[in-house]
Amino acid sequence: MTGNAGGRLSRYGLRFVALLYLAALLLAPIGVALVKTFDEGIGEVITQVTKPDAVHALKLSLITVIIAVPLNTIFGIAAAHVVVRTNFRFKWAVNALIDMPFAVSPVVIGLALILVYGTGGWFGADLASMGIQVIFSTPGIVMAVVFVSLPFVAREVIPVMQEIGTDQETAAETLGAGPWQTFRSITLPAIRWGVTYGIVLTTARALGEFGAVTVVSGNISGETQTLPLYVSKQFETFNSVGAYSASLILAILALGTLLTMNLLRRKED
Amino acid sequence: MEAGLTKGLVVTYLSLIVLIPLAAIAAKAFSDGPGHFWDAVSQPQSVAALKLTVICSLVVVLINAVMGTLIAWVLVRDEFPGKGIVNSVIDLPFALPTIVASLTLLTLYGNDSPIGIHAAYTKYAVIIALLFVTLPFVVRAVQPLLLSLDRDMESAAESLGAGKLRIFTRIIFPNLLPGIAAGVALAFARALGEFGALVLISGNVPYKTEAASVFIRGQIESDNVVGAAAVSVVLLVISMVMLAFVNLVQKWGLRHDR
Repeated sequence: MTGNAGGRLSRYGLRFVALLYLAALLLAPIGVALVKTFDEGIGEVITQVTKPDAVHALKLSLITVIIAVPLNTIFGIAAAHVVVRTNFRFKWAVNALIDMPFAVSPVVIGLALILVYGTGGWFGADLASMGIQVIFSTPGIVMAVVFVSLPFVAREVIPVMQEIGTDQETAAETLGAGPWQTFRSITLPAIRWGVTYGIVLTTARALGEFGAVTVVSGNISGETQTLPLYVSKQFETFNSVGAYSASLILAILALGTLLTMNLLRRKED
Repeated sequence: MEAGLTKGLVVTYLSLIVLIPLAAIAAKAFSDGPGHFWDAVSQPQSVAALKLTVICSLVVVLINAVMGTLIAWVLVRDEFPGKGIVNSVIDLPFALPTIVASLTLLTLYGNDSPIGIHAAYTKYAVIIALLFVTLPFVVRAVQPLLLSLDRDMESAAESLGAGKLRIFTRIIFPNLLPGIAAGVALAFARALGEFGALVLISGNVPYKTEAASVFIRGQIESDNVVGAAAVSVVLLVISMVMLAFVNLVQKWGLRHDR
């Protein structure tokens, strides 16, 4: 950097604009909301987050994450393998479908699932006759969350798989390793940071999903209400302390996600 | 892995979760014929919601293109204490649930605003909420390009007498363009469909602050599923065009590299 006054001025100017923008958009709102959360003291926050409906909502959110994240992790790795390592006619379609959830509004995703799996939907009657209720029930919530968070692992793993190439995998196979053994001892260690980063992003999205879950869940307190839905319900029923307190739990979980993301990014470099 | 089996599982999973449900939307939208589809899309409230969504999304990606590039520039070329923390904070909108984002923005920019800015229930609220959720896209797309930019080109241009502005417009900007375009397209697709960040702060006033996603939700609740599906199809088509554009830009960027 040249030390002239004009250069320094423009450098400080850009830095100031960037930091001001981030402060106004991210830090100030979060800071003010945090202060507001504790308006009535920490005791009230604890009372709010230990209410049965809040605890139930947190539990349902965690159950959803525990089912959806492993499913999308296995799918993501398999999909990356198919996209990178095989060649077939409709590969472009598979590739495009993996990206679709990023292009579809969560509300549209919810509607789409109702049209297929709801009463009167394409598979609704058949599922009902088997005694399976998807919409307005936990399976529907899980499906909605699986849909919105589907691309993350695949999108993180695909570039890594492209980069590592096939030399080592071919060598292992030549030495007599089966496909599963090759995958476990060669491919998996190479893609592990990509997979982990994808899992973190999937978890964050799964935990926070609101639009798609609102549409499919019915939003019944103590039954089909995840923690983000609980937040909006508390706000609508004028229990703003309850809304802020439940948000605090979600924000703490988000902070954990953020820290993990940064740790992993440093590992990748 | 067994190639055929893996491919079968991947295709089945994609079909059950993504393809069949999206096909159902299209089928529902046209279930009463194309005339009815057009009626649903062209009724004033749908048009107002779609217009608001597209205009706000365009404003948002324009701001993102400028501010995202500027932030990426500061994070790569500037040095200051706390830069690492600022860099980490960029990902916050991806980590924070959108309903929490909506609530925090409402606290600062809503009717009880401690700084006296009352943006809630206006178009500005829609724009602020969309800016929040789309912040990382352009920054994260431009950052790696800036890092890998060859500084020798800039020094060469400088020694040949080019000014700072000229260096930026002739050398730096063309190299960042594929990243800016990709980030903008992803941000636009996200902004078009956003729901959670809007619900608390936009007020959802029909014809004024009701975004397309909020309108669709309202139609589902009032049992006008065909109308909801019709507007969904319009949103889907716009987003798919955007994603196709990202792919083209990335392919163009790769060719450009060689």
